[in-house]
Amino acid sequence: MTETGTYVYAISRGRPDRMSEAMEGVGGVAGAQVRAVAHAGLTALVSTVGLAEFGEDALKRNLENLDWLESTARAHHAVVDGTAAVAVTLPLRLVTVYRNDERVREVLSERGEEFTEALDRITGRTEWGVKGYADPAAFTSAGAGPGDAGRGDTARGDTGRGDTRHGDTGASSPGTAYLQRRRAQQRTDKDAREEAAACADRIDYELCEIAATSRVHPPQDPQLSGHEGWMILNAAYLVDDERAEDFRAAVTRLSGLRAGLRLELTGPWAPYSFAEEPTGEAAETEAAEEGTEEEEGPWTGS
Amino acid sequence: MDRVLTGVPVPPPGRSAVSRGENIALVDLLDRLLAGGVVITGDITISIADVDLVKISLRAIIASIRPEMDRIRGEEATVTRLDEHRRSVPSRRERPS
Repeated sequence: MTETGTYVYAISRGRPDRMSEAMEGVGGVAGAQVRAVAHAGLTALVSTVGLAEFGEDALKRNLENLDWLESTARAHHAVVDGTAAVAVTLPLRLVTVYRNDERVREVLSERGEEFTEALDRITGRTEWGVKGYADPAAFTSAGAGPGDAGRGDTARGDTGRGDTRHGDTGASSPGTAYLQRRRAQQRTDKDAREEAAACADRIDYELCEIAATSRVHPPQDPQLSGHEGWMILNAAYLVDDERAEDFRAAVTRLSGLRAGLRLELTGPWAPYSFAEEPTGEAAETEAAEEGTEEEEGPWTGS
Repeated sequence: MDRVLTGVPVPPPGRSAVSRGENIALVDLLDRLLAGGVVITGDITISIADVDLVKISLRAIIASIRPEMDRIRGEEATVTRLDEHRRSVPSRRERPS
């Protein structure tokens, strides 16, 4: 007898019959059929999976296999995306597996309130991804190019004098000139990175003005994404659907902010990045306040 | 029901990063599936959650791209340097004007 478990993709408020209908022809993980398990006004999209593949030990092994990871991720996404197209959908994290459907109903019952609140939060909103790249050459050359490095340094005046203060042989010495040139180049590189970071801040700031909320993902691995240059922004924005066009327009406009800057818009996504309650400032402030009341460290001044 | 995922512009194909027949980059998907979504502890996957999904799968990604590991580290450092760099800004003010 083969042991099985219930893989859960997403939780939605859609009617189970309509959900099942939407899932016709959509293959789940490992090619499994996708079913709807409904309880307490919520519908979970699930598949029956073999524990030989989705059991704990097997998963630890399989998750390290990129081909397995990719096909599982794409199947998971296909179900989530198909569901999100017909009803408000809360995606679950990859590989959430229960013993059986009954356990899924229990979870829907136990955490129903939490899921309902999360569904309310994402209703009428869609996730969009924005990735920003800076071309290092363009960001460096717009300031002082290699040939202009000396002049760039001199233009800073005060800094230049500060440097020569320590140079006892004067600016005409080849050694000093070399060092000055090196410093100027380093400063140019620093300036370029600083400007790229400032660009990313401004883009994020302006997009946050339109979005209901946002989340920053870690920069992507260039080997996987194939991108060149500096990845300066990898963010997700939860945008009210009536503002989606404004958001897209803002991305297009901001991509012209500066030469050498490139923005990529991805989406619409089911709200993966916003399925969890933000752990944000509210929680942290609360914790900090409690901290000051209950434990006064030696660092607490009067 | 077909929802088109658009990229502006479409990202350059990066080996296994871009799937066959689909235009969603795997990296974008993994950003969301491994670090996003509702986290509820499954019966079967209790200790997977503890071990940290991201770390396990990161090993898969790194193993698949083992050549040029140094370059990866270099690129990863880029963002760190951007941050360091912001911190380094005040040092200019310390200079005599």
